[in-house]
Amino acid sequence: MTELTSLTIADARAGLRAKKFSAAELANVHLLAMEKARTLNAYVLETPERAHAMAKASDARIARGDAGPLEGIPLAIKDMFCTEGVRTTACSHILDNFVPTYESTVSANLWRDGAVMLGKTNNDEFAMGSSNETSFLGNVTSPWRRQGSNTPIVPGGSSGGSAAAVSAHLALGATGTDTGGSIRQPAAFTGIVGLKPTYGRCSRWGIVAFASSLDQAGPFARTVRDAAILTCSMAGHDPKDTTSVDQPVPDYEAAVGKSVKGMRIGIPKEYRVAGMPPEIEKLWEQGAAWLKAAGAELVEVSLPHTKYALPAYYIVNPAEASSNLARYDGVRYGLRVPGRDIAGMYEKTRAEGFGKEVRRRIMIGTYVLSAGYYDAYYVRAQKVRTLIKKDFEDCFAAGIHAMLTPATPSAAFGIGEKGGADPIEMYLNDVFTVTVNMAGLPGIAVPAGLDTQGLPLGLQLIGRPFDEETLFSLGQVIEDTAGRFKPQSWWA
Amino acid sequence: MSVDAATVRRIAHLARIAVADQEVEHLRGEINSILAFVEQLQEVDVTGVEPMTSVTPMAMKKRTDAVTDGGDADAVTKNAPATEDHFFLVPKVVE
Repeated sequence: MTELTSLTIADARAGLRAKKFSAAELANVHLLAMEKARTLNAYVLETPERAHAMAKASDARIARGDAGPLEGIPLAIKDMFCTEGVRTTACSHILDNFVPTYESTVSANLWRDGAVMLGKTNNDEFAMGSSNETSFLGNVTSPWRRQGSNTPIVPGGSSGGSAAAVSAHLALGATGTDTGGSIRQPAAFTGIVGLKPTYGRCSRWGIVAFASSLDQAGPFARTVRDAAILTCSMAGHDPKDTTSVDQPVPDYEAAVGKSVKGMRIGIPKEYRVAGMPPEIEKLWEQGAAWLKAAGAELVEVSLPHTKYALPAYYIVNPAEASSNLARYDGVRYGLRVPGRDIAGMYEKTRAEGFGKEVRRRIMIGTYVLSAGYYDAYYVRAQKVRTLIKKDFEDCFAAGIHAMLTPATPSAAFGIGEKGGADPIEMYLNDVFTVTVNMAGLPGIAVPAGLDTQGLPLGLQLIGRPFDEETLFSLGQVIEDTAGRFKPQSWWA
Repeated sequence: MSVDAATVRRIAHLARIAVADQEVEHLRGEINSILAFVEQLQEVDVTGVEPMTSVTPMAMKKRTDAVTDGGDADAVTKNAPATEDHFFLVPKVVE
């Protein structure tokens, strides 16, 4: 029955409805696969009892002819999503034993549509990282390895556990959050599809807040169609999040397989960064050729403020993080470390509860927001952000439907290889993805090939606001040509 | 711009994060490396540019000023490290 874990969501949906197998069987094979893959550390909490109960309820609904759009589909949930009655830590020591009394809107939407929860997946602490090496609950090891090597590889981050779980067939799909590339970069590193929807498309309610003007939830899946299916359920207006958009959710799946003939695709010349590995450049050219062969028109475009996106991001992001994380004070939830007085209690709790990267970002954020520096740093960064967004708006106004770029500046690296001496080295991983968050646009990473060492590489498509449909149509063209990628199982 | 050891201590205090003396120098280096990286924003001409306040143009939705939720003291205090009768307990703040 192991082959059930290899199904796409679309195939599993058909199989369940045709009663070829049950939701209970589907959940079981996944729970077994998860058990055998514990060495990857993709899951920080397995929820077999919850999975069994949900699958049983799904089977009853299927029997009644009352199946929801995701009925019986087993999914993994990033530990940034609050799940009612199920421990949620954001992979931080400060939230060690936090058990939410409420459910995030996005996960609630998935359960409403019949999905089954397998467990909570690992991520960088508070989603701050690009390699899943800052998690308090340990590194995630990618299911991928370099050819002929046993060196453990990072799955990317921050949603490293979700990406590893989907890539290693430990879930049919998963949720992620993307603040600067945290869905698209790990998707590219593990050879799967990851979408960051337009800011406001998915509710942020019940997701552990990181940088509120940049955070957006999105799906991981092994095919473009599966990502579209998940987005249909995850997206939607939520009165509990004032930034969620009150617009109907289109039938994203209908966009998969649609012709891209006549679409104008921008190739931003500023993304041809110095020192770009030839493999990445080749992949990018190849992707452009595939889209052209499908009838799209490729146009070189300019996004002049691209190089300022990353520095502006590293002001806006820590500033918002320092404000959001002020809530962890040892009073209302989470860890408390006693101190001499209340201030001492706050300081000790936060020193012990937060990891190195989180402490660093809070301090940077506190500094750029402090009196005398606010205008020089934060206000300037927000002005630059306006310019970055305008670059995209100008291109879209000139008739560009979407843009094609590499998803990452390189393939995945080994655990411990980057960022040890200089945090900037790690930050540079997000050079192609942060612009999209800064401008609030949708972006999708689609696997497009393997590097010379056998590690996956992805391409990114950037769309107009609320035009995820075009990304699914274009993404399918890449998938049709590049095929799909699966790691060799060495862990089971 | 760069920060000195005294500024690192001041930031840590503002952020309510205890920092040991031996950590200050290392933190100073890291913070300065990030500040040096973001320094390039100074070369952008931002004359007349409005700072972004909302990435998606939208009016803030307002709801009627009415009670829509509440009465969940159990749930609200459930995860607190120390509570008594639905109150959060903290160290003594008034002498």
